Amino acid sequence: MQQFADGLMEPGGPLAGISTPLGYVLVVALFAFLILNFIMLVAGVTSWVERRVWARIQSRIGPNRVGPQGVLQWLADGIKNIMKEDIVPEQADRFLFKAAPYLTMMGFFGAFACIPFADGVIAADLNVGVLYITAVTALVVVGILMAGWSSNNKWALLGGIRSAAQIISYEIPAGLAVITVVLFTGTLSMQGIVEAQGAAPWKWFLFANPFLFVAFFVFFTAALAEGNRTPFDLPEAESELVAGAFTEYSGLRSLLFFLVEWGNLYVIGAVATALFLGGWRVPAVTDNPVLLGVLQFLVFFGKSYFLVFIAMWVRGTLPRVRVDQLMSLCWKYLVPISFVNMLGAMVFFVLFPEGSPVVRFGMVAFGAALLVYFLSRVVFHIRRARPEFHLSPFA
Amino acid sequence: MASYFQNIRETLGTIFEGLAITASHFVRKPFTLQYPDRIDIPIQDTLPFRYRGLLDVDLEICTGCLACERACPIDCIVIDARKDTQTREMILERFDIDLAKCMFCGLCSEPCPTGSIHHTPEFEGADYSLESLVRRFVKAPVAAYKPTKGPETDPTIGPVLKRGLRYLDEFASPGAS
Repeated sequence: MQQFADGLMEPGGPLAGISTPLGYVLVVALFAFLILNFIMLVAGVTSWVERRVWARIQSRIGPNRVGPQGVLQWLADGIKNIMKEDIVPEQADRFLFKAAPYLTMMGFFGAFACIPFADGVIAADLNVGVLYITAVTALVVVGILMAGWSSNNKWALLGGIRSAAQIISYEIPAGLAVITVVLFTGTLSMQGIVEAQGAAPWKWFLFANPFLFVAFFVFFTAALAEGNRTPFDLPEAESELVAGAFTEYSGLRSLLFFLVEWGNLYVIGAVATALFLGGWRVPAVTDNPVLLGVLQFLVFFGKSYFLVFIAMWVRGTLPRVRVDQLMSLCWKYLVPISFVNMLGAMVFFVLFPEGSPVVRFGMVAFGAALLVYFLSRVVFHIRRARPEFHLSPFA
Repeated sequence: MASYFQNIRETLGTIFEGLAITASHFVRKPFTLQYPDRIDIPIQDTLPFRYRGLLDVDLEICTGCLACERACPIDCIVIDARKDTQTREMILERFDIDLAKCMFCGLCSEPCPTGSIHHTPEFEGADYSLESLVRRFVKAPVAAYKPTKGPETDPTIGPVLKRGLRYLDEFASPGAS
């Protein structure tokens, strides 16, 4: 970003003659504006996509009235929420109550600074990129805990405490899974991690060795728990806690929490894509840098949105876990597994510092076999149900 | 220790199988009926003959016997009938049903001798005021129906009576016919 700003401020550039700090502030504001609009769009459309995907899993149709096939449903919901009254409970801690949504929003928005959309298209390629993302997304828990406490409501407080316990616990397996990747790249920079992988699936870290394969699933599970997604959405378990930490919120403030929830889904997908699925890497098919950049962005977006789709699919499949199950899953299963996995990865790294083509081929074959077996199970279930087919995603 | 790995294996296996089941739902046809506008035929036409919707009265075949008024447990039916001293006919002056009170129990239609009072498949009764839910079936005083000996000959009343009797057969006393 600094090079970009310097380029604009060179003599002859559009910002020539402006003092350097002011130029940086302008460029930062521009980047923030672009990214904010991008995530608003993605989070909004994700809310519609999720409702449609979930509906089809339950043999329903889902929202299809506002705009063609209901794609503008999120706009209608947003306008409705903006026009609603912003209620602050009488006994609430007014300052903290009002500040909480913004803190949550900051924690989630900050993560986008280090997400590599394409070659060179990243707001800030920090040399501690992954560490920064892990740290700044933890700010969300401060906002949720603050919302829960300041509401002065027992359900909200329970939700906030659950959220704090959950997010902090699941940081550990997520962090260990990230460390497993960093072990092989030697850098924490997001662009560095993406560049260490290749365009083809067999050059992704997912299939590099069995330990990274396990680390991917540990990371994805832990990230779902950190993003408060079903089956780990205990902080807002509506059947027991009304809406958890968000119970007392209304109007735009409640909308911000939902924006964070759906936006976080994309952050999960994007980080997992950059770490394990080769990020924006595409084969050099064209010399035009702009065209290549667009292609890279589309590939990155497609992969990360596929992971978002998987998260929706998991949400439609699994029931919510209990609090004790949540904690035992983390501390008795994910944490030991990720530790053992990391040790295994270290041994592997000592034995094959450059990676092993045999292991890589074996992992790709294993992944393909798993996919084929999965598809065969899907076909089995379709055959057994003998349904009336409706292949179009729309209805 | 064995149960520990058993748990991991079961977790992975059941999640795998569960995802396969939900994936098979992606190709199935949704069951949703998009009431009220995106359906092929009005939903009322798909309801069975015995559906207990809003009450209706076929005034042509009402005998003015007041059996329905007496049967109604919440008194939502009000009938004023008097006997004309000259012609010795029953004259209906008022036949009001307060659909806001009606609980769709069907007790009024059971004692009706001709099936004049009956439920319809219509169920969209929402309105802005309670008063407009009171259905007034008698616009001007009218003579009540007098059953004839033998089959009905009047071509306008015949089909109505047939429908009313079918209603009695199928709904008010199921299994009697």
